[in-house]
Amino acid sequence: MYNQTEIIKDTTDLGPDGELVINIGPQHPATHGVLHLVVTLNGETIKKIEPHLGYIHRSIEKMCERLSYRQFIYVTSRMDYLSSHINNTACALLIEKGMQIEVPERAKVVRTILNELTRIASHELWIGAMAMDLGAFTPFFYAFRERELITDIMEDTCGARLTMNYIVPGGLMYDIHPNFQTKVKAFVKQFKEKVTEYEDLVTGNVIFQSRTKGVGVLTAEDAISYGCTGPVARASGVSCDMRKIAPYDAYDRVEFDEVIETAGDSFARYIVRIKEMNQSIRIIEQLIDNIPEGEFVGKTKNVLKLNKGEFYQRVETARGEFGVYIVSEGGTTPYRIKFRSPGFSNLSVLDHIAKGSKIGDLMASMGTLDLVIPDIDR
Amino acid sequence: MELNENIAGNPPFPGIIHETPGGGIVVSTFDSVINWARSNSLWPLSFATSCCGIEMMSTASAKYDFSRFGFEVARASPRQADVIIIAGTIVNKMAPVLKRLYDQMADPKYVIAMGACAISGGPFFYNTYSVVKGADHVIPVDVYIPGCPPRPEALLHSLISLQEKIKMGMTRDQIRQEFKTS
Amino acid sequence: MTNEAIKEYITAKAPTATYDETGEWLNILVESTHFKSLATILNGQPMQMNFLFCLTCVDYTTHLTMVYHMTATKDRNMNIVIKTNLDRANPIIETVSDIWRTAEFHEREVFEMFGVQFANHPDLRRLILEEETAIAVDETKEAVVETKGYWPLRKDFEDPINMIKL
Repeated sequence: MYNQTEIIKDTTDLGPDGELVINIGPQHPATHGVLHLVVTLNGETIKKIEPHLGYIHRSIEKMCERLSYRQFIYVTSRMDYLSSHINNTACALLIEKGMQIEVPERAKVVRTILNELTRIASHELWIGAMAMDLGAFTPFFYAFRERELITDIMEDTCGARLTMNYIVPGGLMYDIHPNFQTKVKAFVKQFKEKVTEYEDLVTGNVIFQSRTKGVGVLTAEDAISYGCTGPVARASGVSCDMRKIAPYDAYDRVEFDEVIETAGDSFARYIVRIKEMNQSIRIIEQLIDNIPEGEFVGKTKNVLKLNKGEFYQRVETARGEFGVYIVSEGGTTPYRIKFRSPGFSNLSVLDHIAKGSKIGDLMASMGTLDLVIPDIDR
Repeated sequence: MELNENIAGNPPFPGIIHETPGGGIVVSTFDSVINWARSNSLWPLSFATSCCGIEMMSTASAKYDFSRFGFEVARASPRQADVIIIAGTIVNKMAPVLKRLYDQMADPKYVIAMGACAISGGPFFYNTYSVVKGADHVIPVDVYIPGCPPRPEALLHSLISLQEKIKMGMTRDQIRQEFKTS
Repeated sequence: MTNEAIKEYITAKAPTATYDETGEWLNILVESTHFKSLATILNGQPMQMNFLFCLTCVDYTTHLTMVYHMTATKDRNMNIVIKTNLDRANPIIETVSDIWRTAEFHEREVFEMFGVQFANHPDLRRLILEEETAIAVDETKEAVVETKGYWPLRKDFEDPINMIKL
């Protein structure tokens, strides 16, 4: 049963050192999902934050032990639903590595383009939601305007808008739509014109800058020790992009920069994501004109069986490093599967960076950590 | 069902208009005016647990706008909301929270179960130890929307169906009786 | 550092370790009592494996195995996997949350899913599941009283009320 939290710990000590315990969540309008934070306050200054998880724990790891190797990929779409293609790519790559399946060039290039489009869509939604947390409602609608263009492209090619089950071990499920190239080029053109609107609306805004500069500072040693990856670590100066460290698909033949800032505060995390969107557009531009002809899926058997052993695959999602670890005993279902989600480690740093600040700063820090709670609870 | 056909072909404002010089007089019943007003101004509670929440946010944004139907003001507090759209999976730890939110809402209140997970557990039905297999094990549901996730147009269709259900003006048991006899 | 150099270095410090190079990365199997000293050595000079990226547990039906994946930020190609075997009836291991802070949350999750006790952990409680589903476990740091706990990811887990099997 849901326990009542004690409102006031000790009624004899309500002086300047008294403590007040409040709940933020699990149902709250900051649309990150169901996160329950128990915050101990002294006045408006935060003394301790304790996240309570599990409000969306769907026991995915236990469930996947009974699903075949072709079926469990689509459960990962629903874990971090904003980077669903990237999660599916991780699972498909692991099975291809384990069974030595050849992936044709056309599939590799299209997978890379879809991954980068997903990354842009995820960052768009993040801008909208974060600005809404801080009180600005307009960027939400501007962000969804771009996101709707991307989901339109996905709907033509993959058949669905959000949980697109399109990537299979060996390549793609079916060939791309004939309009794919024209629509992506039109999107790239429009995005480049409109991205300056975000600069005008949000980045240059005096209120936004004073709410995010110097707030939630995370040093590089702490970021490494707490296991942070993705834009959170890159804003503190740690170089950790999996697309550069262990390139997969077509990432070894495109040129892009890894965006690193050194300030470590919320504004730096914001700038890293805006610049990452521009780098994603650069990758798409290099690939969209030269999609090679050929097959879209490699030769695989109908029923997949991994050999006995252990396999690990890492990819870079919009939130950080996502890892899939499978222990296989040679059957048609995995013996043990573990998903290393980026949000789990990024959340553990929240207590560290928000101690001593105010509730308004907590909202800015939590917004820039970009948490998706089903990814954390699995 | 004859009542349904009456609703579907109804003029925008419930009532009979008598033209008189200098304006007009509208004659109606209290119930139909109150139901008309209620259905056109339902305020949803923002309750999104997982992936279907993103489709709900898409429906709220500019391309598939649901504020043209009166749903614009999404309240954060259950005390000020009329309809709760359960978008996402309900798990054992979240079920008491959902019940508490539903109890805090004031009458008349309506519930929409969006997505396969809220209808029956969805893709997480077999071999899970922590998922509630359907939100109607916890609170009574008015409208079910299938899909994983359902398209924004499907959510709009369900909102219109809910509006028609309110205009009919019957309670749940009366509706069940109607469907049994017809 | 190459695999050979790592193997030599570790054999000098912890002689009982065994190696397995059939997978993608170097796997090291150590005893659970020597594990903490090996972790401290790996974190220090000259290897500086300061990034622990995955901490989990696997239930082979006769024993449990803890698996730790780590790498170094100055040399990202050096990835090591450390494994230790634990007794199924009484699984206790030393915590590593003072070396790598990310282990706090990961060890809490392994505790509630498998029932592994981590000695000297600052705050070992359930993280994801509800409090009442756990049958009380004796919290003394030396030994664990054998009760039938609610450990969902073990292979002999039965929950006839909630789980519908296919």
